[in-house]
Amino acid sequence: MGEVIVMTSGKGGVGKTTSSANIGTGLAIRGKRVALVDADIGLRNLDVVMGLENRIVYDLIDVIEGSCRLRQALIKDKRYPNLFLLPAAQTKDKSAVTPGQMQKLCEQLREEFDYIIIDCPAGIEQGFRNAIAGADRAVVVTTPEISAVRDADRIIGLLEAAEMNNLTLILNRIRPDMVKRGDMMALEDVTEILAISVAGVVPDDENIVVSTNRGEPCVADPSSSRAGQAFANIVDRILGKEVPFMDLNAGEGFMRKLRGLFVKR
Amino acid sequence: MEAIRVFGRKAPTKEVAKSRLKLVLVQDRLNCSNTMMENLRRDILEVISRYMEFDVDDMDIQVTNARVSADGEGTPVLIANIPVRGMRKVQ
Repeated sequence: MGEVIVMTSGKGGVGKTTSSANIGTGLAIRGKRVALVDADIGLRNLDVVMGLENRIVYDLIDVIEGSCRLRQALIKDKRYPNLFLLPAAQTKDKSAVTPGQMQKLCEQLREEFDYIIIDCPAGIEQGFRNAIAGADRAVVVTTPEISAVRDADRIIGLLEAAEMNNLTLILNRIRPDMVKRGDMMALEDVTEILAISVAGVVPDDENIVVSTNRGEPCVADPSSSRAGQAFANIVDRILGKEVPFMDLNAGEGFMRKLRGLFVKR
Repeated sequence: MEAIRVFGRKAPTKEVAKSRLKLVLVQDRLNCSNTMMENLRRDILEVISRYMEFDVDDMDIQVTNARVSADGEGTPVLIANIPVRGMRKVQ
């Protein structure tokens, strides 16, 4: 039986979709059977971040309404044999699905996959309710900004109220230089406020934009980006390995710089 | 927010962010139930109106985080501002 993990944040634009894509891909690379589910109906994006936008035939709503079988809607990622994407519908809105239907869908996916990663929409309304309905655990994504941490606190409260007990945090887009000069909250500052265990810290990294441009999650090549390495560590932690947190203050290593000179990213 | 300048350098803003965040969360965490606040407001009015006369439109009841203790933690404070028009006659 697979495990259902929902990636959520409250606030939009903090990196839920990027985190979903990278964690899903990372798990698949490690041999797990993974289904990525885009629950952001009406504003789907996991497909483009994964580079699978041209292969969509059916979507989540088609499966729920019974217009197609689950297998027909799952897009197989040709780069990773264990990775599948269930895209969101773009023409409907969040009210087209109920929490009960999402729960049923998760139960079906559990039969065939080791991990089901649900990319939750921003907000705390029905889209959020749907996304968390069938989940066993939640990863709350935030950035070190007041607005994002405030929304994360609200989301944690709502998840606890929904009796979701396995919650972890990803602190995304940390800028070590700003933390160093005291102009950005560090991991300790955020955990002091949110009181939640940490899945990982991801540094702000241009490579995320580059890899999203290409539709190739950067976790696939962790040696060439800091963010990719951070996501690879998070994936290992999800699999139960003890991995120390990245030393964000360490600058670009000599070898990395050398590599950067020769390898065109 | 006033930044303290020492030798022309701005004070780090992290602590500003943290204390603002802590204060706003005190309110957020309490404000979860609007129904409770409504009931509280109604009950307070009911009790006070037995003794005093006041205009409902002038009153203001809210939970804020005005009191900050020495360790920087915001303590929620219930503030009721009810201008009194006059006392009711004792029965």
